[in-house]
Amino acid sequence: MAEPLVEYLLRLGDDRLVLGHRLSEWCGHGPILEEDIALSNLALDLIGHASLFLELAGTVEGQGRDQDALAYWRDEHEFRNLELCELPRGDFGFTMVRQFLFDAWSLHLLEALSRSTHADLGAIAAKAHKETRYHVRHSSEWMLRLGDGTEESHRRAQAALDELWPWTGGFAYQDQVDQTLRATGIAPDLSQLVAPWDATVRGILAKATLVIPDGPMRMAGGRFGRHTEHLGHLLAEMQIVARSHPGARW
Amino acid sequence: MSQARDRWPLWEVFTQPKDGAPHEHAGSVHAPDAELALQNARDTYARRGEAVNIWVVPSEAISASTPEDVGPFFDPGNDKPYRHPQFYKGAKGG
Repeated sequence: MAEPLVEYLLRLGDDRLVLGHRLSEWCGHGPILEEDIALSNLALDLIGHASLFLELAGTVEGQGRDQDALAYWRDEHEFRNLELCELPRGDFGFTMVRQFLFDAWSLHLLEALSRSTHADLGAIAAKAHKETRYHVRHSSEWMLRLGDGTEESHRRAQAALDELWPWTGGFAYQDQVDQTLRATGIAPDLSQLVAPWDATVRGILAKATLVIPDGPMRMAGGRFGRHTEHLGHLLAEMQIVARSHPGARW
Repeated sequence: MSQARDRWPLWEVFTQPKDGAPHEHAGSVHAPDAELALQNARDTYARRGEAVNIWVVPSEAISASTPEDVGPFFDPGNDKPYRHPQFYKGAKGG
């Protein structure tokens, strides 16, 4: 396994790069112009956070890889994002339920990370946390409107929640990487974030009349490079231009 | 897109560029309610830090003068400038 901090930064960066790419697929396809703009803005924010985390990963690694090398020249098994982030965008309800679950986790995680003993990591987390507060507000408002909206919007949002909820088991996945970084105060104990995340999520979902499904949670295979069939297709599209024209500038 | 557009009402957006400055008309957005109108306005008109505060107002709540009002409304008596509110200087937005 690579240096723990590099591994950890790849997890943070890849979650946001892959989810940001999924959101960017809505550009030009939003349900209404204003929401199209909002989704593209959210995508840009997430890709911006990813670029900061990946750039730092490359610097810490010290082998000359920058954010572009990490984003465009790694293959599927080298990506460390959670599967939740790579699932196809689905309908608007699916996209928003996923954003909501992820944004709420990200809010608590980045808040904790902003107190990291690693100064650069802490500064990036603090910056990203500020924008994430807006993301949560946006996706929370949509939960209320879709869940407690029309019969059809409720049905679609509930179906999305049923499908997505088991994947949230990956949020708090921890291993040797986290353990090593926790010892020096670089990373927080993710298990401590589950209760506040759960409270945030359950509060909104209850108001939205959406029901959290029972059943087993899924394993976090993405954290060690085991992905769903969907990531390869996403990467093919995301990486094709960079790989066809190596080193291109514009 | 056109179907949703027909159902969502229009909101006029006013942004305040800095504390103490007056809100100025920035444009309009479609949204189902005030909270989402604020969010859409933020994404459309204030994402690059152009504002410290936003108002949104349902467009239908605005009463406007008509082009025919130009004469009686706006033809000023320029011989008596002291009658114009602008004659007396005060702090803008104060």
